[in-house]
Amino acid sequence: MIEELISISYRPVLAILCPAIASIFIVLSGKRPNIRESWTMFASIMQFLIIISMIPAIIGGGVIKYTFFTAFPAVDFGFEVDAFGLIFAITSSFLWILVSSYSIGYMRSLHEHAQTRYYFCFAFAIFGAVGVALSGNLLTMFVFYEILTVSTYPLVAHDQTPEALFAGRKYLAYLLSSGCFFLAAVVLTYHFAGTTDFVSGGIPNLASEASRAALMVLFMLFLLGFMKAAWMPFHSWLPTAMAAPTPVSALLHAVAVVKAGVFGIVRLVCYIYGVDLMSELGLGVILACLASFTMIVASLFAIAQDNLKRRLAYSTISQLSYIIFGVALLGPMGITGAMIHIPFHGFMKITLFMCAGSIMVASGKRNISEMGGIGRTMPVTMFAFTVGALGMCGAPPACGFVSKWFLCLGTLEAGELIFLAVILISSLLDVVYFFPIIYTAFFGKSEGSESGLSDGKPKIKESSMFMVVPLTITAIFAIIFCFPNPVTDVILNLAEMAVSNLGGV
Amino acid sequence: MLTAVEHFPVLVIVISLFSAFTILIAGRLNKKSCCFISIATILVQFVMAVFILHYVRTVGTIRYWLGGWSPPWGIEYVVDALNAYALVILLFLALICVTYSKRSIEHELPHKIVPFYVIYQLLITGLCGITVTGDIFNMYVFIEITSLSSYALIASRGKIALKASFTYLVLGSIGACFFLLGIGFLYSVTGSLNMHDLSLLLPSLYGNKVVQAAFAFFMVGLSIKMALFPLHTWLPDAHAFAPSEISALLSGIIIEVSTYAFIRVCFSVFTLKFITDYVPIIFDFLCWIAAIGIIVGSILAIAQYNLKRMLAYSSVSQMGYIMLAVGLAISTHSPLWGGLTPALMHILNHALMKGCLFLVAGAFIYKAELWNIADFQGLGRKMPYTCAAFTLAAISMIGVPPSVGFVSKVYIILASLESGKFIFVAVMLLSTLLNLVYFWRVIEMMYMKREESHSHPSGSGKDEIPPSMLIPVLTLALLCIIMGILWLTEIPIPLLDQVNSMFGLGVYAAP
Repeated sequence: MIEELISISYRPVLAILCPAIASIFIVLSGKRPNIRESWTMFASIMQFLIIISMIPAIIGGGVIKYTFFTAFPAVDFGFEVDAFGLIFAITSSFLWILVSSYSIGYMRSLHEHAQTRYYFCFAFAIFGAVGVALSGNLLTMFVFYEILTVSTYPLVAHDQTPEALFAGRKYLAYLLSSGCFFLAAVVLTYHFAGTTDFVSGGIPNLASEASRAALMVLFMLFLLGFMKAAWMPFHSWLPTAMAAPTPVSALLHAVAVVKAGVFGIVRLVCYIYGVDLMSELGLGVILACLASFTMIVASLFAIAQDNLKRRLAYSTISQLSYIIFGVALLGPMGITGAMIHIPFHGFMKITLFMCAGSIMVASGKRNISEMGGIGRTMPVTMFAFTVGALGMCGAPPACGFVSKWFLCLGTLEAGELIFLAVILISSLLDVVYFFPIIYTAFFGKSEGSESGLSDGKPKIKESSMFMVVPLTITAIFAIIFCFPNPVTDVILNLAEMAVSNLGGV
Repeated sequence: MLTAVEHFPVLVIVISLFSAFTILIAGRLNKKSCCFISIATILVQFVMAVFILHYVRTVGTIRYWLGGWSPPWGIEYVVDALNAYALVILLFLALICVTYSKRSIEHELPHKIVPFYVIYQLLITGLCGITVTGDIFNMYVFIEITSLSSYALIASRGKIALKASFTYLVLGSIGACFFLLGIGFLYSVTGSLNMHDLSLLLPSLYGNKVVQAAFAFFMVGLSIKMALFPLHTWLPDAHAFAPSEISALLSGIIIEVSTYAFIRVCFSVFTLKFITDYVPIIFDFLCWIAAIGIIVGSILAIAQYNLKRMLAYSSVSQMGYIMLAVGLAISTHSPLWGGLTPALMHILNHALMKGCLFLVAGAFIYKAELWNIADFQGLGRKMPYTCAAFTLAAISMIGVPPSVGFVSKVYIILASLESGKFIFVAVMLLSTLLNLVYFWRVIEMMYMKREESHSHPSGSGKDEIPPSMLIPVLTLALLCIIMGILWLTEIPIPLLDQVNSMFGLGVYAAP
């Protein structure tokens, strides 16, 4: 085990403050769209730079700590940046830059209303997400977790149609109820162990202070608390929340919100319970079964969807469970796979969502059955989509392959061949629901040709550059991550660092 | 020789009382002066209260003998950490409400400005009196002053408010009777009315049935006054039909001051020893009653379509929070959430949140006579600051961190865990969800529901309330968050600790 170097630094605070301060300026400059959007862009870039500036210290085996005050005895309100938290923070902050640019294109092309509210809440949601990533204990995490829930509500209900309002209500009902369970779990943990700090390898005295049954109940409370991870049967808020504008779905429902959920589960398994306690209680197997069920069933649901965003939503549910599944294997390979799947899936899924939005803006099409031949009019978008889809299926040269490889190794390491089969079946199902989209897009007959608008040579009609560039960048990253290079190394190093610190593994 | 600050407890009351008469006279000459006299008086009182609080924290309890008569015979004013804390909250909210009332009363009760401020000032006198006095009969007198002035203020709008006021009058008088009976019983066995004196005389008489009956009378009487479920029936109408600043005071302070009286009687007149040795069941019972009140109050709030009635039922539920915390006080011993800390904390928190919400409700009535939640479409655009204040206060009520509501919730949950009553953890969490249901409905209506274009032909122009109303509302809303963070940093906790040490509760409990 590596000796941890603890350094005190303002940097986590600065990183958190970027979006918070930006949100104030966004409201102040609400009347001037260009200035308003530049605040968003500026804050996102600043935040990303601050976060990557923390990489060397963390790679060097250190931990960056900043404490505001002590809220309860032995519970500080403060940040503690470790390798795993940093992975999530890098992912969210980097994708915020791209999605900000994408939002500008999307919101302006569609002449959406209430854009100031939109950008304000967006910045606040990132504040919550990065806060979750950097927080050093359960209490701090809970605070940001709730901020994330509340600030994303106006984004989900953005359209203000009865359908969107319903989605918003359902979203809040699910996530704030889950917040209650989370709070109960946090308080109980504190009651038992006298601390809520994340400790690599689990809180040491948790097992001795609480009975076996109590630990089981506590674990269930935690799982219910992390309903943001959309595990079945508590997933139905996610497809409903697809009523939101596409950039929101892209960032919040593929990256920030749902990832905060799985992030929490990884924190729970590795840093609260600890791998040893998990396997002793047999909770690993339960969690793995839950994840397997979600992976397979969500994929089956996805096949049945015709609306592209809904299909992607079910795909997200299934993919999130890959992460839960990886952790539940309780082996170093599985956990590494889970950790790197957080950024990798983030990049791939955001590409897919941005493509879906781009198609909607350029052609107004939402359903897969209408998308015949769209690959010919929007080649860049559909090419990016293909990359993302390949990644989802775990096929090289997209980065989904790497994480899936680790997960497969993890199942072998755990000696559970049945779980290997689960992964393979799930991958197969992924192919089943992604392949028809690609096939329809590139080889399907377009409606345009029937009405005689195009004469063999289709006109290229991509959406605005604000949208195409970000989705191209994410697609390129999705490929880059598959090959050894400095960027991939950073993420792999961080994941290995996190795993090696877990000790018991 | 007394220092200046030691005169303040009596000055707070005298100034206030004289100000009431001054307003009556000045109001005959110039109607506009009433409000300013009232604001100035309450500001002076507030500053005094802050000095008292500081003195109590640094030097110790203030004992003031009225007319120089020594205690068992004369009336004594005693201010310790508990009263000083209650006094500051009470005067702060009174100041906020009186500032707010200037424009709103000119609009709502243009012909009754003078009587309004006279009675308002009397109300404040009564409230201050309840908190500073160390004599139990004197406390009864002030409770009556408070109640009579609030009956008048509730009735001031006329029509249906008269009925609401009458209901309150009947139930309030019954409550006061119980309280008086309790005093009479104690006097008959001890021959004393001074609280400190009583607490010295009573221990040898704890087994006496008369003393125990007196305790029961106090409990019931004060429970009516503070609208503890199921004795809350007067509250919804009274709070809904009073002028909004009075609703804010009723919900934010008046029922809390009755809670203060409850705590005072339980722990100062009677002592912890009496409760644990002779009536140990009563606090468990209180917890259960409060827990039922929390749930029922919230469910009834969901059923309301009038915003102020909804807030009134929410107060019933919130009183449940406070009483649950009081009920847990004798069985918790943690240095942080043990004893009365969560209860006292929530008294302040509820004053801030509910004060803000009622003032916002008043703002909607002031601007457009909007009473029903269903009419709030598009208000988020029209009155952005007011609605933002409402949202902040509402998410505090739901308990989203880092607001005050969250802190209270966590403290009460920790307290119930420590005393091993897991069921109350579930009650608190369920209540969060119920709060979410009824507050989010309003927020959704204000911000999210699309306006039907024909119903608002004037368009989406901004139409804010005047600054003299807006600033109080925003102050309270921001304090909901700022105080929440302050509680989390534990800066104000030592003050509440002083209260616990006084009563031998929490960490100071005898082993």
